[in-house]
Amino acid sequence: MAGPILQAKDLVRTYEVRQGMFGRPSPVRAVDGISLTIMPGETLGIVGESGSGKSTLGRMLLGIDPAQAGEIAFDGQAMPKLGTPQWRALRAKMQLVYQDPLAALDRRLTISAQIAEPLAIHGLVPLEHRQTRVAELMSAVGLRPDQADRYPHELSGGQRQRAVIARALASRPKLLVCDEPVSALDVSIQAQVVNMLRDLQEENHIAMVFISHDLKVVRNIADRVAVMYLGRIVEEASSDVIFQSPLHPYTRALVSSVPVPGRPLKGRTILQGEPPNPANRPSGCAFHPRCPMATDICRTTAPPLRAISADRTAACHLVADSAEPVAA
Amino acid sequence: MTADPTRNLVELRDLKVAFDGVQVLHGIDLDVRRGEAIGLVGESGCGKSVTWLAALGLLPGKASITGSVRVDGDELLGAPRPVLERVRGKRIAMIFQDPSSSLNPVLRIGRQITEALAIHRGLAGDAAKAEALRLMDMVGIPDARRRFDLYSHEFSGGQCQRLMIAMALAGQPDLLVADEPTTALDATIQAQILDLLIELRAETGMATIFISHDLGAVSQVCERACVMYAGRIVEQGKIDALFDNPRHPYTRGLFDALPRLDGPRTRLVPIAGTVPNPRHLPEGCAFAPRCAHTGPDCLSERPQLRFNGVLGSLACHHPVGAAPVAAQPVLEPA
Repeated sequence: MAGPILQAKDLVRTYEVRQGMFGRPSPVRAVDGISLTIMPGETLGIVGESGSGKSTLGRMLLGIDPAQAGEIAFDGQAMPKLGTPQWRALRAKMQLVYQDPLAALDRRLTISAQIAEPLAIHGLVPLEHRQTRVAELMSAVGLRPDQADRYPHELSGGQRQRAVIARALASRPKLLVCDEPVSALDVSIQAQVVNMLRDLQEENHIAMVFISHDLKVVRNIADRVAVMYLGRIVEEASSDVIFQSPLHPYTRALVSSVPVPGRPLKGRTILQGEPPNPANRPSGCAFHPRCPMATDICRTTAPPLRAISADRTAACHLVADSAEPVAA
Repeated sequence: MTADPTRNLVELRDLKVAFDGVQVLHGIDLDVRRGEAIGLVGESGCGKSVTWLAALGLLPGKASITGSVRVDGDELLGAPRPVLERVRGKRIAMIFQDPSSSLNPVLRIGRQITEALAIHRGLAGDAAKAEALRLMDMVGIPDARRRFDLYSHEFSGGQCQRLMIAMALAGQPDLLVADEPTTALDATIQAQILDLLIELRAETGMATIFISHDLGAVSQVCERACVMYAGRIVEQGKIDALFDNPRHPYTRGLFDALPRLDGPRTRLVPIAGTVPNPRHLPEGCAFAPRCAHTGPDCLSERPQLRFNGVLGSLACHHPVGAAPVAAQPVLEPA
């Protein structure tokens, strides 16, 4: 079996943030010691609320946002430094899809010109075959041939996102990082794009990191899911398991907060309070101020992410170790 | 107030809106009874927000609006500004998706709420401040007294939405129109705001219009819902009936397209195609080009919205799902 396509170890990203105009800059750990492994062809979902560091993590996985500590290996090789020729060459193998396709596209270029750009930049397809490849890509993402000469503003939101995905696929990447790719789309179009991403991924054996706040979409597309809270992974498991029987109190609250048609609001866990300011991280477990089950140890000691059973990790003092009972 | 409690609070009749000659709203009929919660569901561009912006005279001047909007029998469409001002914010309050852009960034929060109290209820000074603090408490702003003099950027997105709701409540409205109030918020905060809206309605007895693309959220806040497509209501009914047995293929499609959090992981069922351009609406049923149940009549003749008593209303020539058993009110089972 082949090794992981991407392996990240103890990633840390700190930003300097000023409190007020004249405040002293204080460090904010947006990503605080995250380790991940992504196998070829696998989809890892990353969920969390705004400010949990999930987008920063996505950018770090591609080397766009350099890590202050920790290391990333792509296909067994250490990630080259941002901006170096080696890194640029590697970018053909790993692509990024953002939430807002209009911001990701150049308004002055036609769709086909934009899809052809990565082919030119990475010198992948000779000029005479480029049009054929673009037509192939457009049909793969469900764009009509007559839309090739359209400009981004002439397309609908769903069609624009298709164009962005076609462009990302142009260089035949092995890894696709999608940051909220369907959040801006309507339900009926969202389903079209999610299905298309799944098909393209299976056909081309692309590994995918799917970042989203929408648990329902993540469950549908991801094989494995990591839940982030304030820069750390608090639980990770297969997507079938994690939404069925969430262990971490935060994951439980997240799952419970998803409105399900026909299920009344009563009896759901509604978390009190808001995610804390990352610049002012609570002591111990960062979730303890909002946790309905917090005890003394939660307030003082941060729980490490530990294996609960095979293929399942959680960072919580209160989650029992199902593999072996906790020694007294 | 001279209002007759049995009369509908708001009645929309054949409300039509056109921008630059392009018609986007094709005749909306909707009754809002006192204290009831109605959901308006549909995709972007279906006219769910425009309906209420038009009703309250909040659309730009280039919009041409026809039809009738009556609040307790008084016509609002074409009414002079003073009449509108007595209704807007006072009897009908509206909150929007993005709370931080609806609040004034250079005015202190307390001042913005007391301003609303001064306009709608003539309160001033300490009385206004006391009432503003009560409203802030009511919507769940912790430590309201200390945060009365803060600016909107010093609050989180969820708290800004709570403050918007507090301002909307300042006029003690009979109807709160909430336009995608939770869309921009995180999942756990979204649940808090939905909870707050339900609580406030129970406490104050105000009617609620909940505009959302999230069917799950609508089902929790509302008793009945209207599904809109391309500027028309295509199906309307009680939440349970609508969710258990959607009759319009579009409503059905919306449910099928929704990924689920429970049950087996299956492939999503999208609705093919896209929403039609309002400039080039198909003849006949606007949903026909995307519908799997079309007959020849769908392409030629537009289905009218037919009322079916307790079962709600439907605009479709070939409905899906089980036909309702009783056209008459169902008797209580023994």
